[in-house]
Amino acid sequence: MDMNEIKEIFFQECEEQLAELESGLLKLNDGDRDPETVNAVFRAVHSIKGGAGAFGLDDLVSFAHVFETTLDCVRSNKLEPTPDVLKVMLKSADVLADLTNAARDGGSVDEARSRTLIRELEALAHGEAPAAAEAPAAKPVAAPHKAADPVMEKPPVNEEGFQPIPFSFGDFDEEPAAHYVPTCQVVFRPKKELYAKGNEAVLLLRDVSRIGEMSVYCDMDSLPPLDKMNPEEAYFSWKISVTTDKGEDGVRAVFEFAEWDCDLDIRTIEEDVAADAAEDEELPMQPVPFDLSMLDEAGPAADEEPAVESDAAAAVAAAETASKVAQAASRAAENAKAAASAAGAVQANQAGQTIRVDLDRVDRLINLVGELVINQAMLSQSVVENDNNGTSSINMGLEELQQLTREIQDSVMAIRAQPVKPVFQRMARTVREIADITGKSVRLITEGENTEVDKTVIDKLAEPLTHMIRNAVDHGLEMPEKREAAGKNPEGTVRLTAKHRSGRIVIELADDGAGINREKVRQKAIDNDLIAADANLSDEEIDNLIFHAGFSTADKVSDLSGRGVGMDVVKRSIQALGGRISISSKPGQGSVFTMSLPLTLAVLDGMVVTVAGQTLVVPLTAIVETLQPEASAIHSFGASQRLISIRNSFCPLVDVGRILNFRATQANPVEGVALLVESEGGGQRALMVDAIQGQRQVVIKSLEANYTHVPGIAAATILGDGRVALILDVDAVVAASRGQSLKQETSLAATG
Amino acid sequence: MKKKVLTVDDSRTIRNMLLVTLNNAGFETIQAEDGVEGLEVLENANPDVIVTDINMPRLDGFGFIEGVRRNEKYRAIPILVLTTESDAEKKNRARQAGATGWIVKPFDPTKLIDAIERVTA
Repeated sequence: MDMNEIKEIFFQECEEQLAELESGLLKLNDGDRDPETVNAVFRAVHSIKGGAGAFGLDDLVSFAHVFETTLDCVRSNKLEPTPDVLKVMLKSADVLADLTNAARDGGSVDEARSRTLIRELEALAHGEAPAAAEAPAAKPVAAPHKAADPVMEKPPVNEEGFQPIPFSFGDFDEEPAAHYVPTCQVVFRPKKELYAKGNEAVLLLRDVSRIGEMSVYCDMDSLPPLDKMNPEEAYFSWKISVTTDKGEDGVRAVFEFAEWDCDLDIRTIEEDVAADAAEDEELPMQPVPFDLSMLDEAGPAADEEPAVESDAAAAVAAAETASKVAQAASRAAENAKAAASAAGAVQANQAGQTIRVDLDRVDRLINLVGELVINQAMLSQSVVENDNNGTSSINMGLEELQQLTREIQDSVMAIRAQPVKPVFQRMARTVREIADITGKSVRLITEGENTEVDKTVIDKLAEPLTHMIRNAVDHGLEMPEKREAAGKNPEGTVRLTAKHRSGRIVIELADDGAGINREKVRQKAIDNDLIAADANLSDEEIDNLIFHAGFSTADKVSDLSGRGVGMDVVKRSIQALGGRISISSKPGQGSVFTMSLPLTLAVLDGMVVTVAGQTLVVPLTAIVETLQPEASAIHSFGASQRLISIRNSFCPLVDVGRILNFRATQANPVEGVALLVESEGGGQRALMVDAIQGQRQVVIKSLEANYTHVPGIAAATILGDGRVALILDVDAVVAASRGQSLKQETSLAATG
Repeated sequence: MKKKVLTVDDSRTIRNMLLVTLNNAGFETIQAEDGVEGLEVLENANPDVIVTDINMPRLDGFGFIEGVRRNEKYRAIPILVLTTESDAEKKNRARQAGATGWIVKPFDPTKLIDAIERVTA
């Protein structure tokens, strides 16, 4: 492992800590006052700071430091985590995330914003209330350049009054004038606490000997007779004479860890005196019974209380720190209590052991399992074909193999499954930002955050979701005054829900805003030539107009949602994931967007059909029902259009073979099978195919890498007999049937 | 014989840095993620020196140090604390808990090895 890999780990860890930070802050925002929550939040920032320091990421360190200091005030109950305080903290968490990203990807951060927040955080740490009516002055305008100067100008003072003191070793250079090497006389008398804390006189003496010429005399006068000896007491003291160019401070540095637990007297003596002293000490340097093993015995002193007491005394001696020590002690007690109370919960969390695996490895495994599924299907097929009176043991074995393969596949898929939580958490930030900019007051409620879905789906979900959230707050929710006038809570609510439903994940985004203004939407659609002026549309159809390209109802283009990206783009990205999106809206009560997405993009349940001699797979999720058309149910409509009547309603009949240019003329519907599919926008279509071969789970193989996008075809798969079958893009086929035909390159050989 | 170091830190980044630094310097390294695990690991590890962080979930560095000092078998083991910016108050508390010495963050391999050399034979 090298530094770059560790840095990569650091950024991964930052992601986790930032998520932890945000969820902790949100818990606090909801009134959670569990000290462990505050501790977790503090630790998250502290960890980021620690790692950032190791990599020299100064911007990140300085911001994290200010943030940490303020959080420490909350931790020590000096700062009440009021909603206003938490607002600043949540924003700070956002900036911290930005700084982390900038440190990783080299992007830029909004410095005005981080400076404003640093000031606000420092103000909070100094006990000032946050500005009540905070102007949304910090508009996120990306700074064009990453400025060289660090975000923070002066070292901050934390609540203990601790301030980093510039420390220079330059002082040492002044002392040894010319070639004069001073000699220091050291009297070193360890207390028993020194040994109790794992320090060792012998090692200290060794280190002294390393900085210069040393002579040492051990004073054993206070050693009592053996029967009176307390093995934990310290009886020895040393007189050391050392000649070193590091001077008195250098000697003191050796005793850095020990000086609190010993009597230490260091003085520099004149050269000639030193020489005398050295001579004097020649005599006592005679071998003395100095048993190291005995020293080891004396070392470990068990009773802690005296240690603590004496240390406390030392602290008092250190004057002004005394009161702080008391505070620290009470805080320690609090922390201990908190830790104890939270221990259970934390342990429950940690019960689920996890390992970290490189995504590539999982993907390779998934690919292999995909091959295994295909291979197993091929094997079954060839056994059936070659051995019609096959022994039952082979068949049973094959069945078991099939079951196992399926189980392996499910388990491997489960490895890639991830909770949607991180994406939902990101949405919280989006809501905050846009609420700030629009001046609306918004509360985001998330439900079902632990619902799991394939990682690819999660990765691709963030963008459309962000856009929808922006839309919901910007266009959906009314201004607070307007809401109050309508008798609603001035604070708008946006609810984001995830749940599993029949093998898919359903994500709902509901706002309690004004709902779709159908009159306005309709007018806009007419203005934009989307519909005829006299078109008779149901409410549902009007609502669905917002998914049309180039549609925006906002009178003025706002900063956030008016980026030229409409709901049509959202719809397209959801469709690209094999999902569907729909809207339902009640005037005055709000709108609900419902997205239904497949749990994985690697396999799908499909219906295998034959069209003009080609084998195609139709995703099962799109199919509502299948039926055998009767001649009496088919009605011609216009030049080439045909309708099929199903239970007293008419549904356009779409010949898949014709749309895909598999054949030149329309097939006779009576000879084929109709698949009733639900298309986007609510309408249904009947897709004509020649025959249904069966239903099976297929492994999706993307075509795009080799053939680019093929209109009407979503992907391909390999069937049990080794043939390649194309997977139909139902929505594209339906869209093509509406008039615009697919491009010519559609007609591809479907067999491999 | 290789000296054995037990490191206790909840940050994966720091754990990895410690591991790389210590292994490069010829130490054998055992790691724990928090104080509770540290005490568990300690029982069979028999390390020559312990390096621990302060801010950790479940059991923080102070609690961990106290736990080690209460342990009949390991109470004399040198313990080095990782502290930030020579925070006087934390250093003080760590000393009261029974820390042998400290290493000031930001993490610096030389300082770490130096401190370990100072407290071990």
